[in-house]
Parts: sequence; C-alpha cells; structure tokens
Amino acid sequence: MKKLTTLFAATALATLMAGTAWSKTFVYCSEGSPEGFDPGLYTAGTTFDAAAHTVYNRLLEFKKGTTETEPGLAESWTISDDGLEYTFKLRPGVKFQTTEFFTPSRELNADDVIFSLERQWKSDNAWHGYVTGGSWEYFAGMGLPELLESIEKVDDMTVKIKLKRKEAPFLANLAMPFASIMSKEYADKLQAEGKMNQLNQMPLGTGPFSFVGYQQDAVIRYKAHPDYWGGKQKIDDLVFSITTDAAVRFQKLQAGECHLMPYPNAADVEAMKADPNLKVMEQAGLNVAYLAYNTTQAPFDKPEVRKALNKAINKQAIVDAVFQGQATPASNPIPPTMWSYDDTIADDTYEPEVAKKMLEDAGVKDLSMKVWAMPVARPYMLNARRAAELMQADFAKVGVKVEIVSYEWAEYLEKSKDKARDGAVILGWTGDNGDPDNFLDTLLGCDAVGGNNRAQWCNKEFDDLVTKAKEASDVAERTKLYQQAQAVFKKEAPWATLDHSLSIVPMRKNVEGFVQSPLGDFAFDGVDIVE
Amino acid sequence: MFRFLLGRLAVLIPTFIGVSIIAFSFIRLLPGDPVALLSGERVMSPERHAEISHQLGFDRHIVVQYLDYLWGVLHGDFGISIVTKKPVIDQFLELFPATVELSLCAIIFAVVVGIPAGVIAAIKRGSILDQLIMGTALVGFSMPIFWWGLLLIIVVSGILQWTPVSGRISLMFFFPSVTGFMLIDSLLSGQEGAFGSAFSHLILPTIVLGTIPLAVIARQTRSAMLEVLSEDYVRTARAKGLPTFRVVGIHALRNAMIPVVTTIGLQIGVMLAGAILTETIFSWPGIGKWMVDSVFRRDYAVIQGGLLIIAAVIMLVNLAVDLLYGLINPRIRH
Repeated sequence: MKKLTTLFAATALATLMAGTAWSKTFVYCSEGSPEGFDPGLYTAGTTFDAAAHTVYNRLLEFKKGTTETEPGLAESWTISDDGLEYTFKLRPGVKFQTTEFFTPSRELNADDVIFSLERQWKSDNAWHGYVTGGSWEYFAGMGLPELLESIEKVDDMTVKIKLKRKEAPFLANLAMPFASIMSKEYADKLQAEGKMNQLNQMPLGTGPFSFVGYQQDAVIRYKAHPDYWGGKQKIDDLVFSITTDAAVRFQKLQAGECHLMPYPNAADVEAMKADPNLKVMEQAGLNVAYLAYNTTQAPFDKPEVRKALNKAINKQAIVDAVFQGQATPASNPIPPTMWSYDDTIADDTYEPEVAKKMLEDAGVKDLSMKVWAMPVARPYMLNARRAAELMQADFAKVGVKVEIVSYEWAEYLEKSKDKARDGAVILGWTGDNGDPDNFLDTLLGCDAVGGNNRAQWCNKEFDDLVTKAKEASDVAERTKLYQQAQAVFKKEAPWATLDHSLSIVPMRKNVEGFVQSPLGDFAFDGVDIVE
Repeated sequence: MFRFLLGRLAVLIPTFIGVSIIAFSFIRLLPGDPVALLSGERVMSPERHAEISHQLGFDRHIVVQYLDYLWGVLHGDFGISIVTKKPVIDQFLELFPATVELSLCAIIFAVVVGIPAGVIAAIKRGSILDQLIMGTALVGFSMPIFWWGLLLIIVVSGILQWTPVSGRISLMFFFPSVTGFMLIDSLLSGQEGAFGSAFSHLILPTIVLGTIPLAVIARQTRSAMLEVLSEDYVRTARAKGLPTFRVVGIHALRNAMIPVVTTIGLQIGVMLAGAILTETIFSWPGIGKWMVDSVFRRDYAVIQGGLLIIAAVIMLVNLAVDLLYGLINPRIRH
C-alpha cells in the first residue's frame, strides 16, 4: 500500500512538473477569417483583431478600455502653435519580432514610420499597389490624402508630420489599425526577393505577439514576443480558432475548447450568465442606431414635428424586441463610452398623447410617411424590419400612417444619401477612432449632406461648434464644444436616436486581465489564464 | 470504349462553358455592388468608387469581362479574390482536401451503414424492423442539415462530451500540411494522439454529411433487393437448398448493386452541396464554408471560380461512375 502511495505521489509530482513546463496557450474562438494581415488594406474588425492588435503597434495607442489615446511607439509629441506640425519622438529600444521567416538586424526608427504611412499615401511608392485590387480604404476614408502636407525624418528617432489644415482628430487616427507601424527592413527584403505579397500574409511588427502561421479559415497561431517593449506577455501562445457560427462558439466555450468568444447570440446570453464556468462582460458598444428624417422636406423640416414623432416612439419596446435587452435606448448621437458624452441631456420620453397634441399644434394632419428598413443585421440594429414595424404601430397611435420600404443593402446605402429622398431612414454607425468628430461631424456636419448625413441636416449653430472642436487641440475645450453640440442636436432632433447595442463578451472564469474595448477590438495583451 | 470516352468528353466541353456562363452571369444578377460593399456604411466618393471598379475591371462591358475571364480560366487563372486579394485557385487547392476528406468519410459511412440496413429491411420486409429502418431513413432524408448538426453538437459534444465541438484537429497539435488530408498528415507527423484527435473531429461532421446519402442508399438498396429477391434465379438458388446468407449475399446483392452504385455516384453531387452547410456548422475549413462567406461578400471571383471548379469535379466524377458501371456490369459495354 505504501508503495502504491509513493507511486501516486511520484506520478503526481511528475505531472505537476511537466505541467509547469507546458506552455500557457490562450484560445480565442474568433468569428471569421481575416481578409489578410496588412491592416492598411482592410476595414473589417475581424482583420484588425488578427493583424493589427496582435502583431503591430502604432505611434499612439488607445488606452485600454477607453477611447482616449496614449503614447505607443511615439514616446512623446509636440504640436506647433498653428496646429499644423506634429513632431513625434520615437520610443528608443523597440525591437521587432524575430520569426522563422525574418530576423531583424535593427530596432525601430523613423524610416519604419515613414514607410508605413507613405506606402498608403503616395502612388509612386513601390508598395502603394503591391496587392492587386488592394486599396487603402481607411487611410482614404479618414481623409488623410487631403490632410497631409509632408512626412519628414528629422533624425533617426524623430518624425515630423505637417498638415494642410488644423485637425485635432488626427492624433486619434494615428492610433487606428491602418496606421500600424511595419518594419521597413523586412519590407525591403521582401521587395528584393520579389515576394512583396508576403507582407500581407506573414506579418512582422513590434507588437505583443509574433505571427507563427495561418491555416486558411481554421486557425491562426501566434506566440508571445519575448522582447516586447511593454514586457513579455503572461501567456506563451495565442491561438485564434475560427468558428463562424455563434451557437457553435458557445458550445466550444462551454466545452473548454476556447477561453473567450466574441458576438454571442442574444438568446444565449442568459445561459452564459448562469453557467458556473463562465463569466460575461458587457459594455455599451461604440455605435448608435438612428432614424434620420429628411429635414429638407415638409413637414419634417420643422423641429417640432420631428420632436413630436420622437416622443411617439417607444424605444424601450424596440430594444426589448430586437435585442432581447442586449442594448440601451440612445438619447445622444454619440455612445456613452465616448469622451464628451453629455449624460445630463434628457431623452424624449415616450408620451403618445403629448406627441399627438404637438403634431396638432404644428398643424400636421393625416400625415403619411415612409420608413426605410435596412435589409441586413448590423451590430447597432439586428432587425430593422422589426424595429420599423414597431415604429409603424407607435406612429399609428398618433395618427401618422407609415409605409415600410427596403432595398438591397448596397442600393439602400446609395439611395438613402439622396437629398430628395422620400421618408425617414433607419441606419447607424460604428465608431472608427473613438473621436466624437467621427460621429458628430461625419454624420451630421453640413459637408456630409448628400453623403453620410442621412438627415440632410445642415444647422449653422451645430456645424460651427463641431468645426471649432475639430480645430481645437485642447481636450477640455473640445469636450465643452461637443457637449454644446449635443444640446443643439437634441433641441433640433434631426434623428430619433434609437439604441446603442451592448457588446457582450463571454469567457471562461479563469481568464484574467481581459479589458473590453469600447472600440470593439479584441486585444489579448495583458491576458492571463489562472488555474 | 475509347470512342465512348471521346464522346463523353465532347459533351463535357459545352457543359463546362454553359456552367461558366451561368456562374458568371447569375451572381451579377444578384443585387449588390461589391465595390460599395467594401466600404459599408462609410460613404465612398464616386471618384474612388470608379477608381476601384476600374482596378477590378468592373467598368468594362460584361461580355468583355466574361471573355477575359474565360481566357484566364483556360490558362488556369481563376482570378483574384476581391476580399482577400489572393488567387482563387490557390485558396481552392488549400481548402479542397478538407472537403474531399470529409466527403469520402461521409460516403464510406453512408455505404457501410446504408447497404446492410437496406438488405436487412428487404429480407425482413413488412416486419417492425423494416418499418423502423425505413422510418428512420425517411426522417434522415427529411432532416434539415443545419438543425441536425447543431443538435448533435449540443447532445454529443456539449452534454455527453464524447467528441470535440468543431474544427479538424485539437489545437494542441501543430504540424505542416503535407497531403492536406488530416488523417494522413496526423499519422505522418508522428505526434502522439494526433491521429486520434483528427479522427474524433471527423465523427460528427461525417454523420451529419452522411445522413442524407445514407437514407437514400438504404432505400435504394431495399427496393433493388426486393426486386431481385423475387427473380426466378433467386427462387432456384433457394430451391437448391443454399443457405440464406449465400442466396442474399452472393446471388441477390451483387445484382442489386447496379442501381445502388449509380445512386452512390449521384450522391457525390448532393454531398458537395451538403458540405456547404456541414462545413459552416462544424467550422470545417473546406470549400463549402469558403463559398458561403464569399456569397455574403459578393466576392465574384471566388463564387464563379469555386462554382466552376466544383462543377468540373462533379462532371469528372460522373464520368468515372459511367466508366465504373461497365466494369461492374459486364453486360453493359460502351
């Protein structure tokens, strides 16, 4: 018997020791395949999670869990008094990853920064068209080609970027995935060997994890970058197990085949919360869904009519029916996780009787209108048709007849831009860079009429405020201006703000250190598995 | 025989061109502009839209686009994915072995279970066993694959925890792909437990994908057997006093197999269609899942290239079945 006990003890010890030698592998059941590994070429969050947040860093980074920026590869920066010149001091001693496919001979310097941005900007750069049919969507989408004057190397560790006009959100743009900093040395080697495409297939950067391999549509493997400037990660290996079906992701999470999953089915969330092996994090997403009236057409050109209709919509009922509670009714055009969000603004309360009276006072009788419902589910609006039907019923109570219309998605986006459009449009937005400008000016500014501004709403007071805020570089001052803009928005009511969906992240109980990003990113630096 | 083969090949060429025209034009009939979808809610300026359309060649006349495409295909160039910017053929070759492996396992499963089930049902015609087998086959045939797959995952993987939920092999194992067939690659890797892991990952998808062919094969076997069992030579064999297993196993089954082999051949096309759903449920990295993703993204090059290659594969399989037919049944000589 004693012998047996000794044997058990020895086995246990051996197992334990073997256990300590095991590498710590974190498995993320991701929702789809990355389109590629060059974050500049793509716009999908799935791609950014796989490429930008693992392998790369940027000059500035978003402070974990916020939409504020902090120093990344740039240790510090100064802005000239006229707001046109940004001088970035690079962080010294930043090492690129050493992988099976490349061994770097030098640390990060100004050449890498200039290479990473210029390849997206200048059409005569050899890397500008290195992928057939590739385009620099975000670089163009954030307006950088028109904004940039020059990018210069001051010395090895200093880069100066000159702008054509003042634009405060520029710094936040530099923290976006497309502005990831690559190794020029690696790119030069690929170019010399005639293998430029490899930059989009085998990425190499300064980030917390180095790329090991990708098996298409199945698995992406990374390992911790041992010389990461932010310190080595607690986990040794990071694996993305691509699982497109949300119900299957949940099963894998329950079976312990993965540690964390994105985008659960709303219907599964209760079961997840009840499972003793799981925990669930939730946060309002950086998005908003809205109903945009066409403010150029009568009677929707009158704020009091729009205001009355807003009071007729039972938002809570929409949130309950469409999201099964996994969303919050929206009162402002920007989400509550965004800096400058004004929580003192009172939302339009649901009062059909009052709404009816307000419409009568405004001289509106026998109104019939169209409500456009998107044909696809988006994170901010899972079922626009259902939402439109609920609004139809709500509006009927105040004597307004609604016809619901819909088009194929690309056509819907195109037609809804039309200034002469008939009807109010359900649509929404997911933030790009965490800057309020990316909502308030992009969606409601006068320049965006006929484009992103689906309400076709050009209000001088509002536009002056957001333009001023865009040019100011002091965050406190910008916050004040944006709060004033939100008040104008509420008074004028170009939209009925509908909801901000919740971003829900279920994970195993033993996962520690994961911080939910309001930008919707899934980044695994700082994550640990405790036993 | 040679003339027969030539004749069949001559039919294949117009069929292939027909499929290419359908694949090319039908996806363009779907509403949805692939260039606009690239930017989603973000409004793309008309200049930028035109620039990208030009890069992708969408601004040319549709006939020119088609002829250009066909010319490329004849040279082995199936175009480049709009989304991943990778050559379609490279992606196909990387993913196809996974689909073949799953389909082969499913057809083996369907044959190994379906034929004996059909034979037993025929012998015990009218019995409770017959009704049970045929009833189950009817349910199997009518079951929506998506629902059946999720049900199996929830019960077998979730509650009983007998098999892994999805994927091709446990993430613990990591080795380079040699043949693309996980069962073979896992053996070649020499890693302990790798083969077992690959095998256990195959079980549920095999059952799900094999269910419909199994039901069809069992029903076909039963009816073919019933027909053969009433033939005179079977009665003679019985009258000679041969044991039942010899009568059924040798005299009857061999003759009953002819229509069953045809059915099995036809099921391969059904299988590739079923693979689309099965692969999506089980996160199986094959061509089915790849095609579904591409339809949502309006990735023209992938959809038309994938359709064309799959059609070519099915045509070749059918040709092979025709040729096999003659081998099994010496009376049919082409």
